[in-house]
Amino acid sequence: MEQRSHAFKENSTAALADEQLQRALLNVKRGFVYKRAKAREGLPEFDALKRQGREIKDHTLANLDLYLEEYERKVLESGGHVHWAATAEDARAIVLRICQENDAKSVTKGKSMVAEEIGLNGALEASGIEVVETDLGEYIIQLRGEGPSHIIAPAIHLTRNQIEADFRRVHVDLPPERRLEEPVELVSEARAMLRAKFIGADVGITGANFLIAETGSSVIVTNEGNGDLTQLLPRIHIVVASLEKIVPTLEDASAILRLLARSATGQEMSTYTTFSTGPRRDGDPDGPAAYHVVLLDNGRTEMLGSEFHEMLRCIRCGACMNHCPVYNAVGGHAYGWVYPGPMGAVLTPQLIGVHEAGHLPNASTFCGRCESVCPMEIPLTKLMRHWREREFSEGKSPWQARAIIRAWAFLARRPELYHWMMQLPPRILAMLGRKRGRFTSAPFAGGWTKHRDLPTPQGPTFQALWHAEALRREGLARETMMNDPQ
Amino acid sequence: MTSNSNREKILGAIRAKLGVRGDEAGRRGLARTRIDRAPAGIIPARAQEERAALIRRFTASLESQGATVERLKKRAEAPEAIAALLRGLNMPLQLRMGEEPLLDSMPWDTTPLDIKRGAAEASDFTSLSWAKCAAAETGTLFLASGPDNPSTLNFLPEMHIVMIAAEDIVGPYEEAWGKIRQIHGRGKMPRTVNLISGPSRTADIEQTIVMGAHGPKKLVVFIASR
Repeated sequence: MEQRSHAFKENSTAALADEQLQRALLNVKRGFVYKRAKAREGLPEFDALKRQGREIKDHTLANLDLYLEEYERKVLESGGHVHWAATAEDARAIVLRICQENDAKSVTKGKSMVAEEIGLNGALEASGIEVVETDLGEYIIQLRGEGPSHIIAPAIHLTRNQIEADFRRVHVDLPPERRLEEPVELVSEARAMLRAKFIGADVGITGANFLIAETGSSVIVTNEGNGDLTQLLPRIHIVVASLEKIVPTLEDASAILRLLARSATGQEMSTYTTFSTGPRRDGDPDGPAAYHVVLLDNGRTEMLGSEFHEMLRCIRCGACMNHCPVYNAVGGHAYGWVYPGPMGAVLTPQLIGVHEAGHLPNASTFCGRCESVCPMEIPLTKLMRHWREREFSEGKSPWQARAIIRAWAFLARRPELYHWMMQLPPRILAMLGRKRGRFTSAPFAGGWTKHRDLPTPQGPTFQALWHAEALRREGLARETMMNDPQ
Repeated sequence: MTSNSNREKILGAIRAKLGVRGDEAGRRGLARTRIDRAPAGIIPARAQEERAALIRRFTASLESQGATVERLKKRAEAPEAIAALLRGLNMPLQLRMGEEPLLDSMPWDTTPLDIKRGAAEASDFTSLSWAKCAAAETGTLFLASGPDNPSTLNFLPEMHIVMIAAEDIVGPYEEAWGKIRQIHGRGKMPRTVNLISGPSRTADIEQTIVMGAHGPKKLVVFIASR
């Protein structure tokens, strides 16, 4: 996928002015935020489960080498193959080779963020292989030639009208006078179009929500059932998964499943959770004849033990972006690459470089809603701050920002001067705005005053109030001591 | 670069970053024990209720997801109930199923149902499976692949009918895995285990929920005894 993260500011300005997008983004709150809150209320053990989920991931990461070895052993034992891919390029080459060795012409895909990350579709199509996305949201954005704007709802940036227009544009063999107004009509058209693709595919590619060391199983979680048709019907099933998806046991996967759907869509459990272990067995009338797992590193091992270690606990539920005021305002495409929102602001600089994605960790007010809803208790704001520090220390932040921070640091080290300077602007503003009581414009704050007025500062400053209060308390304490001698 | 040298490179990088060697007896023992014992963590109170409450929760949870749940007095009542269901919905009196002995031994001859065996085909309208067990905590059926209950039955037809024995409905997922391990052995799994909690659905168009995205539009569950 093309990298446009460096243009975050321009992307955001365009997104804010896009009325269609702004209408579509209202569905984030409607679809996710309220439902998650309700699901959490319905499970009194939710917070305890969060702590447990965190422990499971921390334990697994501390022993990642051992669990990966055991997982590999179990996959081989069940008749599957494991391919280790250090980079995105390695992973693309492995998948392409499996397809070519098996003379594959057509590939169906379940929704996979890792496949997006490694740019798998483009690589397969460049070699003449037809790739069909089967998740409805992914199918829609594939028709439009777009990337996903959300990690679990890839077409959340679109309205029903846009999707209808795309279906009419692409499904030209269907009668033009057909009704396509209701979501149910659009869904049944997509269902019919994709049925033929499922049945004709040579290879099915899915991602994985978990890999289980105990059994060598890969797990996918869907509501549509598309992932299952993708992996059941073709001759070959390829799983592409990053290596931090591993958990030790079925019990560990089950414990995290209690958090995943509730945090993601507010469901207690997704409709389909599927555990796949190896290829078709003797006597099986269905299932793939071959089962391959591509284990992707692509920067994960570099995060181990670093200040970004905790990001490896992420289970890709999307709660952080659903609750992020910045994501809700600009949508996922503004982030310019595969992973948007707070988790993307931490992960993207790691995967494509801070020079390309340095804006993303800056696009946060640090309100902390993301980490308060994170089921894996990832300290997202702290991790974003690490990127800001790194950007600054590597001299990659713009000179204006550096100059302001330097000036602030100079003042912050001289408290007397700082306090004197800081009480100036409110005084000046109070004097200037005495008559009108508000400002309709202010220097350096045009973007802010464009949408609202700035009230004239009134009364003493916070620092002055604080000092007065401290003096008052000191006085009270002295009085009490004198009245009540030990 | 070959996959094999990638393997050594990745495992080497992990060990270097974690500051470990990989042959530490303590660490290896800890990981081995965790896998062999597979300890259960926190079990929600809702999954530890008494039997009748669990079956009520199982039913209510599936119904809230758009499934239909019916209780049969005897397993032998199923063929007639299924025929009545198909007639009521005006669907073809055809049924696809595997070689499950529990289904096979039911009195199909007394109904006009046309029964096909084996994996599902795209033209099948209705399929019937026997679930190995179910977790009541979220109304989740556990179906295991094999000639007895092929996995395509769970996804290709328009309507999926699942039968489950009341005594196989347990509280938490962990107990359901216990039952799967009893059948297949520890550390072993059938090729596919499908956890199913309702009919297929999508919310990809403006977050409006629509049933029957790619899998079955209807899920009907019959609870009977084994």
